[in-house]
Amino acid sequence: MTELHWLGATELASALDAGEVSAQEVAGALLQRADEVDPSVRAVLTRTDERLLEDARAADRRRAAGALRSPYDGVPVGYKDIFVTRGTVTTAGSRILEGYVPPYDATVVQRCSAAGLPLAHKLNMDEFAMGSSTENSAFMATRNPWDLERVPGGSSGGSAAAVAAGIVPWAWGTDTGGSIRQPASLVGIVGVKPTYGVVSRYGMIAFASSLDQAGPLTRNVRDAAALLEIAGGHDPRDATSIPGPAPRLLDGIDAGIEGLRVGIVAEFMQAEGLAHGVRARVEDAYRRLEKLGAELGEVHLPISLEHGISAYYLIAPAEASANLARYDGVRYGLRVDGEDVVAMTSRTRAAGFGAEVKRRVMLGTYSLSAGYYDAYYGRALRVRTLIKQEFARAFEHVDVIASPTSPTTAFRLGERTADPLAMYLSDLFTVAAPLAGLPAISVPCGLSPDDSLPVGLQLIAPALQESTMLRTAYAFEQDLGFAASPEGRPPL
Amino acid sequence: MPIDRAAVDHVARLARIALTEEERERMQAELSVILAHAERIAALDLDGVEPSAHAIELTDVMRPDEVGECLSRDEALANAPAVEDGRFAVPRIIEDA
Amino acid sequence: MSDAFETTIGLEIHVELATASKMFCSCPVAFGGEPNTRTCPVCLGLPGALPVPNRKAVEYTIRIGLALNCRIAERAGFHRKNYFYPDMPKNYQISQYDEPLCVRGHVDVPTEDGVLRVGITRVHLEEDTGKSVHVGGSGRIADSDRSLEDFNRAGTPLVEIVSEPDIHSAEQARAFVSELRAILASLGVSDVRMEEGSLRVDANVSVRPVGEGEHGAKVEVKNMNSIRSVGRALQYEEARQRDALRRGEMPTQETRHFDERTGRTSAMRTKEFAFDYRYFPEPDLVPLTPSRAWVEEIAARLPELPAARRARFAADYALPAADVAVLTASPEVARWFEEAVAAYGGEPKRIANWVTGDLFGLLNDAGVELTEAKVTPAGLAALVRLVDAGRISGKQAKGVLQAMFDSGAEPEAIVAERGLEQVSDEAALQGAVDEAIAANPDAADKVRAGNLNTIGFLVGQVMRRTGGRADPRVVNELLRRKLVP
Ligand SMILES: [Mg+2]
Ligand SMILES: [Zn+2]
Repeated sequence: MTELHWLGATELASALDAGEVSAQEVAGALLQRADEVDPSVRAVLTRTDERLLEDARAADRRRAAGALRSPYDGVPVGYKDIFVTRGTVTTAGSRILEGYVPPYDATVVQRCSAAGLPLAHKLNMDEFAMGSSTENSAFMATRNPWDLERVPGGSSGGSAAAVAAGIVPWAWGTDTGGSIRQPASLVGIVGVKPTYGVVSRYGMIAFASSLDQAGPLTRNVRDAAALLEIAGGHDPRDATSIPGPAPRLLDGIDAGIEGLRVGIVAEFMQAEGLAHGVRARVEDAYRRLEKLGAELGEVHLPISLEHGISAYYLIAPAEASANLARYDGVRYGLRVDGEDVVAMTSRTRAAGFGAEVKRRVMLGTYSLSAGYYDAYYGRALRVRTLIKQEFARAFEHVDVIASPTSPTTAFRLGERTADPLAMYLSDLFTVAAPLAGLPAISVPCGLSPDDSLPVGLQLIAPALQESTMLRTAYAFEQDLGFAASPEGRPPL
Repeated sequence: MPIDRAAVDHVARLARIALTEEERERMQAELSVILAHAERIAALDLDGVEPSAHAIELTDVMRPDEVGECLSRDEALANAPAVEDGRFAVPRIIEDA
Repeated sequence: MSDAFETTIGLEIHVELATASKMFCSCPVAFGGEPNTRTCPVCLGLPGALPVPNRKAVEYTIRIGLALNCRIAERAGFHRKNYFYPDMPKNYQISQYDEPLCVRGHVDVPTEDGVLRVGITRVHLEEDTGKSVHVGGSGRIADSDRSLEDFNRAGTPLVEIVSEPDIHSAEQARAFVSELRAILASLGVSDVRMEEGSLRVDANVSVRPVGEGEHGAKVEVKNMNSIRSVGRALQYEEARQRDALRRGEMPTQETRHFDERTGRTSAMRTKEFAFDYRYFPEPDLVPLTPSRAWVEEIAARLPELPAARRARFAADYALPAADVAVLTASPEVARWFEEAVAAYGGEPKRIANWVTGDLFGLLNDAGVELTEAKVTPAGLAALVRLVDAGRISGKQAKGVLQAMFDSGAEPEAIVAERGLEQVSDEAALQGAVDEAIAANPDAADKVRAGNLNTIGFLVGQVMRRTGGRADPRVVNELLRRKLVP
């Protein structure tokens, strides 16, 4: 049998059901794995060993009593440190929240706990989810398990690396401009950004409210569907939550893609900066989809490519500038003293925020300020409308849109930190889906022939068509066989 | 348009971030580069295009006027940097925009 | 010379809504309470918390808009108003900007010079801040050395009503606020207590020489904590600006604080810094599109408003304007009066006199609201009937009312307990009359001799012998029969 730490969530659930292993043994094996590899990967910000073991004990008791909370009762889950956890430190990767202990649980955490999922660690991230490499964490840089000299992507880099390294079987991340899909792509796992409003944002520390969406990072597509079923669905505490019950995503996931119309984004494939090895693997993936019965066609998203990054880097910082105003040294978090309240708050924020956060708060404040709103933020919201319209036109002809997730494989630590714009271009293919609110997934399509690092295929579906998207990804994943084979695991 | 030093200072004050001399300089350069890229959207014809503040269209989401549970005072104050008389203490307030 | 200036006043009025729960969370709305005991992640602005609007607050805002003759928006939305202040948990206020719920209305204000129509620019919904206590120095913000924040009030639904600059004197402003308060009270949407801050008035005042097209500098006046102080503050401010203009000085655009004790306004310590609120659509909330059906339903349930009530009181109860004004000042008083009139069944003016005179006197002395008083409408009606029936005198009734006010007892019970009921039975009084004549032969002789003024002295003697219970009219009659030939 494969070592416990390499099992996916569904496989662990089967092992628990079969009585081959207890939840406590699973938890113990994962903790041991964390001891072994996390000192080099550095995915975990706050270890929750005690809580994990306690939760696992409770899961075993429920199993003994025949009172399981869900089919995944006893399968531990990790959380990006952006989800607030009652009684457990939550920092969003920021110095300004160092030591902050929330008095409540995020809805996602609440629902996973209600399903019996033991809480396995708070995972590293770019500060307030601002970044594409997890180098912007105030506490440490997470490494890519495939090459410790490289970044795992970001901002959910800790979640991605933890899943890829076998520290947790699955984890929650958040995606604002690509923060789930890009790290999933760079570490060779599955990452899903659902339709905006499918997963509650309550208790998820806000970066850019109109874009932020939580989603799973998993070893395979089925696990991603399962985690969404557990925590998705309407939440009355989030006014932007889509009404209706949790989506049914596992039903029919293996129905195949015969006759499915897949649109290749012409502009993305011609983009300057698309790495040769990424292009090669993604083109293989397109052929594989065709082989599986899909009809390939071309779609055009010129505005998304040309202006998506611009719109994104105007809208997200503007919203962030307001969302981060609450970190003022008054009610919680860091305080640096000052002679009056303005000095206190200004010094607190100077000391508590990292360079990238300051940059974006400044950028957002500027683009909202008197005289600039119309040219920047107001205009970006209208570009957003064009991007929505562009997708709507494309989906008149296709069921799913396919592209590379990231233009490159994992880059080296420090490679892009000096040049914010270069870092922003990591999101070139991923920013459009959140701007339009659409669901998107990154699914591994093998290793780049250039550097033997993972490459991700991105699939985007119309709003609330997660099932089509997951069915496509599942068919592809099963046929490729990468995720299930030792080749799909980092040499760690 | 490149952002000047006065604009950096004005924005830093609005955003309540005390910048060092070096940060002010770097911020001016970096914001200029990012805004220059963002200004590409000026080229788009947006006549008659409505803004999208949201990705997904929902309307009229409201809650019933019902009272629920509050945090205890200890919970509310637990993370406060300074507390006095059951309240959050702050240095003296000066009126400023 | 004073005729050579004209004053323009626009008012901005904030009204705390009396919903059960806060605007965006389920914490209770209540005045006072131990600091920071009515907060939650949402109204404390904790990381991750999200707002969800209170439907009742939206309904109340529409109700206010309808009562102020506004157009109700088909599409409204919330914006974030960004500025840092330690009493504001998120350092932005969720408010409404270019899509308010209600626009373009008016209020017809009764004034001594007839009806003044004041335009309403907009009525919008937002959230209140917490409360700061300033510590050190005199306790005022200016010389304090630190402040303490209580967030119990943070997130209370707040309606902002903005008037057009249609007001041209302090007295008109006072009348407008008074009428607006009466309307809001009728609607039952707020406690409208200025002293407790549930109704807050800010004014923009500018004075300019008559005929000059340009408006003068706008001066914002804050901290007027009663309707009376609205009149006082604006009167002061009007005069101050007029005097400045006479001296050839231009008043500066600034915010001034009204001091209740001195009756003066003084410039607040604000830095010269244009506010830049960076409004943008609140991404955590979605648009409101009040349906026509909902608006019509709210309109159908609008209660009688003060103007209509005043007209009805004047017509139905035949009351003079002064009584009408007092009795319709609040819906509670009006309702109380109408219940008393109904229970009484006689001339409404009789009840009006008792309410506006003795009863209000007692309430004022005790500092009690009519609704909290122990005297009931039925009780007052019964009391007046006792007087009408001659069972007690008007003077005794005042004492009975005081007792009713103190103890809440029924007037009949008080009369019985105090043995106040008048004795008008001739046979019962005969003995006392005879005794009085026997004990005062000189007085009796004077009456017999035709000096009828002295009869009053003998009546008083009988009253003393009966402990004041004798009906003086009957006693008078008996004495005349005995002594006057
Ligand atoms: Mg306001
Ligand atoms: Zn609350």
